[in-house]
Amino acid sequence: MAQDLSYLKETPSQTAGPYVHIGLAPGAAGFDIYDQELGKDIAGPKAAGERITVQGIVIDGTGSPIKDVLLEAWQANADGVYAHPESDGEVEDGFRGFGRVITEFETGEWSFDTVKPGPVPGRNGTTQAPHINLWVVARGINLGLNTRLYFDDEAEANAADPVLNVIEWENRRATLIAKRTVQDGKIIYRFDIRVQGDGETVFFDI
Amino acid sequence: MKPAEYYQRDRQRHAPALTPDYKTSVTRSPNFAAISLENTVSEITGPRFGHSDISPIDNDLIRNYAADGQSPIGERIILHGRVLDENARPVPNTMVEIWQANAGGRYRHKKDTYLAPIDPNFGGCGRTLTDENGYYFFRTVKPGAYPWRNWVNDWRPAHIHVSIFGSGFTQRLITQCYFEGDPLIAKCPIVQTIPDPDGVQAVTAALDMNATIPLDSIAYKFDIVLRGRRSTLFENRLEGN
Repeated sequence: MAQDLSYLKETPSQTAGPYVHIGLAPGAAGFDIYDQELGKDIAGPKAAGERITVQGIVIDGTGSPIKDVLLEAWQANADGVYAHPESDGEVEDGFRGFGRVITEFETGEWSFDTVKPGPVPGRNGTTQAPHINLWVVARGINLGLNTRLYFDDEAEANAADPVLNVIEWENRRATLIAKRTVQDGKIIYRFDIRVQGDGETVFFDI
Repeated sequence: MKPAEYYQRDRQRHAPALTPDYKTSVTRSPNFAAISLENTVSEITGPRFGHSDISPIDNDLIRNYAADGQSPIGERIILHGRVLDENARPVPNTMVEIWQANAGGRYRHKKDTYLAPIDPNFGGCGRTLTDENGYYFFRTVKPGAYPWRNWVNDWRPAHIHVSIFGSGFTQRLITQCYFEGDPLIAKCPIVQTIPDPDGVQAVTAALDMNATIPLDSIAYKFDIVLRGRRSTLFENRLEGN
């Protein structure tokens, strides 16, 4: 026997369940209770950079859309600065970098508007390609799934990205690359997440 | 001073992704292992909130949806506790959000069709920021048990969903708070996804007679532990050596 280290243990996760909207997006559950819901406006009106829309669908192991999913996004601004004191630099007034979205209940499609983030520092002097950190919770997901969205028009930066390069299976890296199109003058990045099965998205233990 | 890393997550503290007795997990669990990353600025930072993001009444579920002069039906309770990290340090100024069924076990959600009635005076969600000591509290009514489609006769124990941010995105956590003494806890396939009995105990709020308000509300204490981070002594540094 040895001394007790006396650390506490993390509280175990439990699924967000089918009614996550009540707590985290009550407007979508069918009632207004808060003056403002969290994560509605990621970038704010003053943020510099390219205005983009990110959209997608989350697909289960049968190939069906997961319609009761909730996603959270965490990203840097166009200068690669997070709205947090441990990120070097300043962000624009109103830039939060945090988004929370749910799907259309009928189709499972989700989308959010933001600005395209810039590259951010990596470990040991490296640079990470522009990316948006995503967290996926839903009924049937016991511990929220972390992944990252990268941009297909950043091929050079992606090729050098230290996190993408940690993924041993090069063919799986493509699951993290959003595809850019322009529709009616709007810049759209498409990012479908496959939770299980063919083309399964890479998830990270962060 | 450069920020220090968070302790790696003890994955064995949490349910695995695939837990067949909780059937919905079968098609929503990745087949491949998650790829473990060392912390970067993307993980150690996270969203921050202030009192301007919420209203003072948001943590009072007895009043935040009720008509003037009315209140929801059910057992009046106080749910309170502290948000700590693995080093037992308080996590101050962090957002805690909750949601729950009403006293009859019915959610105010357009997808919930359980035959127990909606309570016109109960919304079922609340949120608050921890104070400088990591302390938080809510006032609400105790939620009811309700049936759900897993096996034919599964009932969820009374529970309140709890969402906590912490200060880094790597600490983000959603869990459920159960209530001491509920015989449904041992029968619930969702609770029992937690591998260790000690983990089940950690998501079970304790009856707290000292915090009970006599002739008014019963209190339950629910402390929450988020991931801790290294001290700066001999830390693995994020930048350089």
